[in-house]
Amino acid sequence: MDLAWNETQQMLKSSARSLLAKECPLSMVLAMEKDEKGYSPQVWRRMAEAGWLGLAFPEKYGGAGGNFLDLAALLEEMGRMLTPSPFFSTVVVGGLAVLASGSEAQKAELLPKIAQGQLFMTLATLESTDDYWYTYLNSRANRDGNGFVLNGAKYFVPDAYVTDYFLVSALTSDTGPDPWEKNRGISVFLVPRSAPGVKVTPHHTFSGDRLGRVEFDGVKASRDWILGEVDRGWKIVMETLDRGAAGKSVEMAGGAQAVLEMTLDYLKRRVQFGRPVATFQALQHHLANMAMDVEGCQSMAYQAAWRVAQGELWSSDISMAKMWCNEAYNRICALAHQCHGGMGFTWEYDLQLYTRRAKVQEQAFGDAAYHRTMLSQALSGL
Amino acid sequence: MDFRFSPAEEAFREELLEFLARELPPDLRGVGRATESGDWELTLSMRRKLAQRGWLTMHWPKEYGGMGASPMLSLILNEEMSYHRAPGRDVFGARMLGPTLMIYGTREQKERFLPPVARGEVQWCQGYSEPEAGSDLASLRTRAEDKGDYFLVNGSKIWTSLAHRADWMMLMARTDPDAPKHRGISFLLLDMKSRGVEVRPIISMAGEHEFNQVFFDNVEVPKENLVGEKGRGWYVAVTLLDFERSGIDYAASAKRILDDINQYMDDVHGDHGTDIPRADEGWARDLMVERYVETEVARLMAYKVTWLQSQGQVPTKEASMSKVFGSENLQKCAAAGLKILGHYGVLTDEDKWVPLRGIIEKAWRYSISGTIAAGTSEIQRNIIASRGLGMPRG
Repeated sequence: MDLAWNETQQMLKSSARSLLAKECPLSMVLAMEKDEKGYSPQVWRRMAEAGWLGLAFPEKYGGAGGNFLDLAALLEEMGRMLTPSPFFSTVVVGGLAVLASGSEAQKAELLPKIAQGQLFMTLATLESTDDYWYTYLNSRANRDGNGFVLNGAKYFVPDAYVTDYFLVSALTSDTGPDPWEKNRGISVFLVPRSAPGVKVTPHHTFSGDRLGRVEFDGVKASRDWILGEVDRGWKIVMETLDRGAAGKSVEMAGGAQAVLEMTLDYLKRRVQFGRPVATFQALQHHLANMAMDVEGCQSMAYQAAWRVAQGELWSSDISMAKMWCNEAYNRICALAHQCHGGMGFTWEYDLQLYTRRAKVQEQAFGDAAYHRTMLSQALSGL
Repeated sequence: MDFRFSPAEEAFREELLEFLARELPPDLRGVGRATESGDWELTLSMRRKLAQRGWLTMHWPKEYGGMGASPMLSLILNEEMSYHRAPGRDVFGARMLGPTLMIYGTREQKERFLPPVARGEVQWCQGYSEPEAGSDLASLRTRAEDKGDYFLVNGSKIWTSLAHRADWMMLMARTDPDAPKHRGISFLLLDMKSRGVEVRPIISMAGEHEFNQVFFDNVEVPKENLVGEKGRGWYVAVTLLDFERSGIDYAASAKRILDDINQYMDDVHGDHGTDIPRADEGWARDLMVERYVETEVARLMAYKVTWLQSQGQVPTKEASMSKVFGSENLQKCAAAGLKILGHYGVLTDEDKWVPLRGIIEKAWRYSISGTIAAGTSEIQRNIIASRGLGMPRG
């Protein structure tokens, strides 16, 4: 057993921490909420130069040959600094899905560009029903000559209007989906945002996240847009969601730690009744509870990331981690507000940046209800 | 990062599981508490068998009759013993007294007291809490007057687990009433057969005789039974508290409760004849998943404590977190069990219709003491805040 980051990862974390503090402080995070792109191209270039974008790709695709834990080391720091960027969608979601399931041609075409910071990707799978499960999938790609015609609408798509490619899940079987027994019915398409018939409408969220609704109206999809095999895309979606849930958990653990530290610092400085309020036991016990929740977030998230690094997607440890981090991180933010009093409720104080984002992170790649259902099925052997 | 145990550790777990499958009676009724005394014969025979294999004191250095086993192996032992509700472990002798004597004991004390513990032949108990000294332990008032070649002990200890089974007691007593409260305490080894020792049972709300109150009326303790320096007993005892557990017992006991309830939910499913509909409802499954997730957190917290120890670190904050979190989760798991069992959950093992041999209700009753014994949740939270997070004392 080894529960620590290795030396490389520690170095990665410390350089990430200083790079993000310098290039993308929390003041910039707030400013980016009003920015048209929602991210800073300069920060993105720095990430590419630092080798972060290709960190987990093999060297032959312009990467550094790292694994998911190396990536997790970065994600924890980005979660800590709330870095607004299409990193998660492009690398953790899109890039790793292409690496795991793409053809040689797709990998050779897309991965080096991602590594160089020249290409963005994102997952477009949720629909109006807001449920990841395949029975709620209504987008359809009908065969048309050698290709397909794609129709449907995807909701809550991260980074929808900066992305170059959407990973789109759609029904491709006439007899209805049966993605388990017969591996039938759902395919994943790599759809360029520039393709005719693609229309992106921004959602307006309270978190500053860039979610969008994407409509596919008679989009002509060629066969080589398919990721993996025709009709066998559901496994790709599920594995992508697993990577997303594990990565998001680590990101949330990073944010949780930052909120704990921010609160601790505030309580030591804030004086009432002639002494720092940190001396009051009522607040000390709030902080002890937050520290336990942070510890839980870290342990669970690291274990999930380790599972992914081991190639053990489909592990219930991943759902457990996301379910725990969803609830624990929100508890941590709630207690942090209680400890900060009125100050934490102001727009100018950094705490609220975390609290608002925690709510969107909670929804991404499965909220607690979704993962509870997944785990419940695993528990009763369904 | 690697969450796996080593092949050698896994091999030990396998060997231990085979041992438990062979040695544990199928109708085991205890809940596996390390201080359980219900079936004392079984406890003693299991203890001897653990000792024969060297497992009872496996974490001790070889020179003292141990196996020099890593903290990780100890963790596995505790995890499986708790999960299987196996009696026989020796918290006081093997986990507390032994390591303390190795640090503070004289050569004579080590030679005299350690081997019987390693052989599983002696029961120790812990004379710390007093009626007026609970969380504020350092205010204890039991006196030990220096009479030249012996100490004369008068006073009383309470919540003394297994005192009625014990041969010896680790006693914290005040030798200097004028010194500041932490500085006037000495750590003595007291023979429970001494004249003037009286043990009175306290029956817990679990209906079991586990605790006692112990009275000392002019009890003589020879000078050679002083451990460490006179007046430094608080520091000897504090060292010893650091040897207390990782919290894995809480996580493993909780996991077992959940696995039992999950099996029960399957057994009473309509497909299997005995249809108890409440056990198949969504709320029950949701409750179970939530408990499983939190139990996994508790398990990882305990692993973290042990892993830090194996790295030569002193995980003070982590141990307190694991204790609070683990004991509170165990309460929630036992309560969830009762909720799902409904009326069947309140039946005792005297009732013909009791499910799961009545162990869940017993575990629930015991769980209430979990957030109090070995440092209340409130004291642990104080430790997390002050020693862990550096928050100033008021």
